[in-house]
Amino acid sequence: MTDATSTLPTQLPPARRRAIPPDVAAARVRRRYASERTFKALGIGALALTALFLVMLLTSIIVKSLPAFSEHRAVMSVLVDAAVVDPDGKRNADTLRSADYASLTRAAITTVIPGIEGRSARKALTGLLSSGAADDLRALVIADPSIIGTTIKTPMLFSDDVDLYLKGDTGRYTTAAGVAELTPSDVKGDITLTAADQSFAALIAELEREGISADAEAGAHVLDGRIPSRVVYVNGGAVKVVKATANTLTGPVLLPLSSVSPAKTGSWNLTTYAQPESRRRISDQEIVFIDKIKSAGAIERGFNWRFFTSGDSREPELAGIRGALIGTALTLFVTLILCLPIGVLAAIYLEEFAPKNWLTDIIEVNINNLAAVPSIVFGLLGLAVFLNYFNLPRSAPLVGGLVLALLVLPTIIISARAAIKAVPPSIREAAIGLGASQQQAVFHHVLPLAMPGIMTGTIIGMAHALGETAPLLMIGMVAFIVDVPTNISDAATVLPVQIYLWSDLPEAAFQQRTAAAIVVLLGFLFAMNGAAIWLRNKFERRW
Amino acid sequence: MENSTVDLSAIERVEAARTAHLTAGAKPAKVLARDVNVYYGDKHALKAVNVEIPDRGVMAFIGPSGCGKSTFLRCINRMNDTIASCRVTGKITIDDQDIYDRSLDVVQLRARVGMVFQKPNPFPKSIYENVAYGPRIHGLTANKAEMDDVVQSSLEKAALWNEVKDRLQDSGTGLSGGQQQRLCIARAIAVNPDIILMDEPCSALDPIATAKVETLIDELRSNFCIIIVTHSMQQAARVSQRTAFFHLGTLVEEDSTKTIFSNPKDQRTQDYITGRFG
Repeated sequence: MTDATSTLPTQLPPARRRAIPPDVAAARVRRRYASERTFKALGIGALALTALFLVMLLTSIIVKSLPAFSEHRAVMSVLVDAAVVDPDGKRNADTLRSADYASLTRAAITTVIPGIEGRSARKALTGLLSSGAADDLRALVIADPSIIGTTIKTPMLFSDDVDLYLKGDTGRYTTAAGVAELTPSDVKGDITLTAADQSFAALIAELEREGISADAEAGAHVLDGRIPSRVVYVNGGAVKVVKATANTLTGPVLLPLSSVSPAKTGSWNLTTYAQPESRRRISDQEIVFIDKIKSAGAIERGFNWRFFTSGDSREPELAGIRGALIGTALTLFVTLILCLPIGVLAAIYLEEFAPKNWLTDIIEVNINNLAAVPSIVFGLLGLAVFLNYFNLPRSAPLVGGLVLALLVLPTIIISARAAIKAVPPSIREAAIGLGASQQQAVFHHVLPLAMPGIMTGTIIGMAHALGETAPLLMIGMVAFIVDVPTNISDAATVLPVQIYLWSDLPEAAFQQRTAAAIVVLLGFLFAMNGAAIWLRNKFERRW
Repeated sequence: MENSTVDLSAIERVEAARTAHLTAGAKPAKVLARDVNVYYGDKHALKAVNVEIPDRGVMAFIGPSGCGKSTFLRCINRMNDTIASCRVTGKITIDDQDIYDRSLDVVQLRARVGMVFQKPNPFPKSIYENVAYGPRIHGLTANKAEMDDVVQSSLEKAALWNEVKDRLQDSGTGLSGGQQQRLCIARAIAVNPDIILMDEPCSALDPIATAKVETLIDELRSNFCIIIVTHSMQQAARVSQRTAFFHLGTLVEEDSTKTIFSNPKDQRTQDYITGRFG
């Protein structure tokens, strides 16, 4: 190339027309650095803000959900009375199933705190147990009928209110030891506790501060449910204070006293429950019972397996996410077996075989548009087409899966096309150059290489479907369904819809379960996204 | 770059062998192109190419970038079919059979006309699978033992067997660039083609790997008709017996390599090989 180089222009480029003064140049450099610093700071700020919100959200959900993962049970001796469970002694399964187990659990808890009289007090005592306690006992008996007629020691589930009381701070109290000798008038019923004059001056002053003035008609300060409750623990029993004077306290006995003998100074106490009775879901009577059972050491706290093994329930302590989990699994199964083959084949066709013309262009644009269609629209489509036209079963994972498949299909097609496109053409050429047909080249070489990318896209699409609620509301998957679904045409609900349903319920225990279900859902989402990232890293190829 | 750098001794060495072969046989051309035009959409990429390529031996296509030499090469095994906008007119025959005839199965054609690409492109599978793929899809072997033989002989012909015989199950992409290219050649040989097309097979390789591949090409020419596209005139001089010079979509001159490099008829050929352009 000697000849060529000799003809090159030998002139230098023209000198710069305008010289930049050093101070201007320095200012320019400073400005450039300053703007870089600003940009960096803004970026870090944005990240920090996002991280902060994320941490706040996660912390709040997790903290709220923690109580839902444990439950309180009363460990009690239950007499499995043959006369109640199996009167004819034939061990007939139907008889065993329909027996009145609630009467057995009621009997069991009344033996823990004996001597409770009065209908409302007994009701308060037996009401501490969940209705599920009887079901658990039934399951025990059916599993092992040999326990009929014996006394067994078994944990029994408390109701949600008791559970919350035991977990939470509703029972916050202060105790003041007795300052004088106290004489009860009786051991049960409405009684009066008498002490030396002015013994209760401090209490009266407290009540005055809480806005209770002396009632002229009763001749005493009358306590109601709007102020903190006062309970006197004396002679092994408990008396709720309803009326107070300077030397007497009057009220119903919550827990029978052992005797009427005068209690010495310091042997009794006055307990103040900070939260007024009207503002909690559990009465003074129930608190006294629970504390008594607790002091008997008959309460255990354990992991709430029921949350994962039972379906939905109106009773928060019995409600679980098994039904929703199975429903989700069935729905996602239908979605996956529909949209993976359809999506991948569509992607292969569009990417490898389709002629490039206006028709395929329109299809391509519309696939991209479909990915942006609001999900509720797919729900309406499902309602109109699958339910009303094809008469498929309402609330069924089959229909849910169909609708979600429509929703996820564009995502999968787009990601599968991207994955196929990312396979270098040299691989395709190599196969075709060897005499492979287009189809052989695709199925032997391109598809295996695109598979990790396709799987990643599919998992992300499935995670999207897992969290989807709106379209499922439209096809009736929002119903209250207790039974765990067993196939794709059973009525079912899914995890996000279950969360939506629970979040609407007033019981505090359901609020905790909502948070717990969110934690489970997030766990699944993290696991799926983690799997996608793992797949991508494991099979990623560099060319 | 002076024309003296072109290794004429190599040409002379191989020329004797080539002419001996020609005078002995005087066979008809293996590949015959008559008035071949190629269009990419509106672009007229190849204009009225006429060439005869003899059986056995190496034919080199040289020319500046974009001159149509690769395009013509890809016409010979119809790789251009995969480009939607590409249109080919004229006639190309291999052993007097029109390869653009409707009745011809393109898969069968490509089994007879192997191809080695510019960038080594082994399948991301084992070395064994890379070589075995072609015979397998064409059903050339009846059992595993036969396949083992085909794989071994192909790798031996590609001068790769001794380097990989202990790691046939390792990935083909784990080999060095030169080894990968020889693997690609072995893969092409495995289906026992008549013709091997090579599209700048050494442009992605270092000089030592290039030398190995060139030696290999020289060994293969007694069994195959090899058509090689190259940017390197030295390479064309070293490995080929005949050379065709393409420029701006036309075949300017085709003759024995020695003639092209020592006594070209056309001024453009003269300018190109002396480095005046390109």
